Amino acid sequence: MSSPLAPARPTRISLAVRDSSTMLRRNLLHARRYPSMTLNLLLTPVMLLLLFVYIFGDVMSAGIGHGGADRSEYLAYIVPGILLLTIGGTTIGSAVSVATDMNEGIIARFRMMAIHRGSVLIGHVIGSVLQCVMSVVLVGAVAVAIGFRATHATAVDWLLAVGLLALVALALTWIAVGMGLSSPNAEAASNNALPLMVLPLLSSAFVPVHAMPGWFQPIAKYQPFTPAIETLRGLLLGTGIGDNGWLAVGWCLGLAVLGYFWSKSLFTRDPK
Amino acid sequence: MPSSVMLTSSRASGPQSPAAVSTVGLRKSYGDKTVLDGIDLRIPAGSVFALLGPNGAGKTTTVQILSTLITADGGQAQVAGHDVATSPDGVRAAIGVTGQFSAVDGLITGEENMLLMADLHHLSKREGRRVTAELLERFDLVDAARKPAQSYSGGMKRRLDIAMTLVGNPRIIFLDEPTTGLDPRSRHNMWQIIRELVSDGVTVFLTTQYLEEADELADRIAVLNNGKIAAEGTADELKRLIPGGHIRLRFSDPSAYQSAALALREVTRDDEALALQIPSDGSQRELRSILDWLDSAGIEADELTVHTPDLDDVFFALTAATVPNQPTQPKQTNQPKETAR
Ligand SMILES: Nc1ncnc2c1ncn2[C@@H]1O[C@H](COP(=O)(O)OP(=O)(O)OP(=O)(O)O)[C@@H](O)[C@H]1O
Ligand SMILES: [Mg+2]
Repeated sequence: MSSPLAPARPTRISLAVRDSSTMLRRNLLHARRYPSMTLNLLLTPVMLLLLFVYIFGDVMSAGIGHGGADRSEYLAYIVPGILLLTIGGTTIGSAVSVATDMNEGIIARFRMMAIHRGSVLIGHVIGSVLQCVMSVVLVGAVAVAIGFRATHATAVDWLLAVGLLALVALALTWIAVGMGLSSPNAEAASNNALPLMVLPLLSSAFVPVHAMPGWFQPIAKYQPFTPAIETLRGLLLGTGIGDNGWLAVGWCLGLAVLGYFWSKSLFTRDPK
Repeated sequence: MPSSVMLTSSRASGPQSPAAVSTVGLRKSYGDKTVLDGIDLRIPAGSVFALLGPNGAGKTTTVQILSTLITADGGQAQVAGHDVATSPDGVRAAIGVTGQFSAVDGLITGEENMLLMADLHHLSKREGRRVTAELLERFDLVDAARKPAQSYSGGMKRRLDIAMTLVGNPRIIFLDEPTTGLDPRSRHNMWQIIRELVSDGVTVFLTTQYLEEADELADRIAVLNNGKIAAEGTADELKRLIPGGHIRLRFSDPSAYQSAALALREVTRDDEALALQIPSDGSQRELRSILDWLDSAGIEADELTVHTPDLDDVFFALTAATVPNQPTQPKQTNQPKETAR
């Protein structure tokens, strides 16, 4: 983001930046006043992490087939997936808060003001990406606390990993915003956005694709989370990335563009 | 007449004062239901215009189209010289809108709502704080300023809503039922604020269910019914449109009432209230001739009141299509709003 300071004569871009940062401040104020929603969304990934490591860990790692049961190896295996699942869960929260917000009367007021049209959505998107970053850091801290170490990551790998996580957050957020806009209320939004949490469960997050039943492998393989997880795993743990890097970036860009235009068309039509 | 060259003006408006709002043949339907069926309006800059109409007549729809919230299906509308369809941002920059339903952010405080508006109007921090403090004071919200807006009472929310509309000094203000839910003091306060705005040259477009409010504030009034403007004019012009003015004589002695009723055959009787109604336009001349006539007939009533039709009568007469009603006959019911002279 460039500087939010407006020059003497506001251009379209500076208007967009200024209004979007105002909207972002509004969303952050909401999140700060009502933090329970954000914290609730963190519970699921942390719970899954602890559950899979401490309860299923031995069985799972033995089943995956690196020989014997090795809980710490399994911890390393699932952390990349857990981090992406954290992003998925956080963006469900974004879908809900967009749907809730659209039912607030003040949105009608924004629509009748000479402000940058997209700023309402951009504020939500940036707020959501920041929230994703925060959630990933918190869940990552839990992972480190129970013994996770990114053994093979160089500084560049770390940078790429952070970039990948941010890109995934951006892409999923735009999709979530579209889901929120197309939902009449918060409940509908959280139902409609459920795939954002379910898809990572059906990916290579907990079990490698080749260890899954044959009929299921295509589902796990050709969905956006698996290449993203494989890429992150490669960056943090030094496993092979192969095509997954480009696939992940392609998915993210595709989803971001799709979500952007979808959201934009939903937001520009007459309100109900 | 000076022989000047005729200028082919691109403006459609005539030689009158410039219009702040003008519409031609505005139409809007929801599904099969035609809400607006060709609305023509012309509101001069600096005036107060009131749009009346029964529930569901399309007042809010009209406000929403003119304030660029929704788009019309047909016709044209210009606000502040900008077409609402082709230049919505030009319109938005000139208007302030308080819709019928609360448009405040309930999760943040009243003060934060005001500062949010200031930011969106690109006021400096300092200016934003000054405007916020001033408006909170003016709308009697200082004590509640630091509380979340969702904890406000209905009237407080309404006041905050209107305060938010005034940030940025809009030149044209739309107020959809601005005083609904306000207590009498707040209502009079609001009227005062509207008058102050108008004296600063602001154009006000308001809808209301309180006809007294339209009478008090509006330079011109239009009555919307069945998708069309049923009548438009000043309050007095509208009142002249319908019959219903009368003089009412009330008796306390039943026998005096009976003899008067017999003497004055042309009147409408209200036997229960011991009252007689004589049709009248309320002019001084006619009043005198009626008094002379009563004297010569030896009739002495205990109370005489002159009733001129008020906007309620106009409203009932113009929007009566659904209720079978004979507007030519004076009403038999007790009129609560008589003007005692
Ligand atoms: N989004 C919508 N979808 C379908 N019908 C609508 C919609 N908005 C308004 N209407 C219909 O349009 C008509 C006019 O509504 P509008 O709100 O403009 O009336 P109004 O004059 O403001 O009424 P009130 O005095 O009750 O506020 C009503 O019949 C209403 O049901
Ligand atoms: Mg209405």
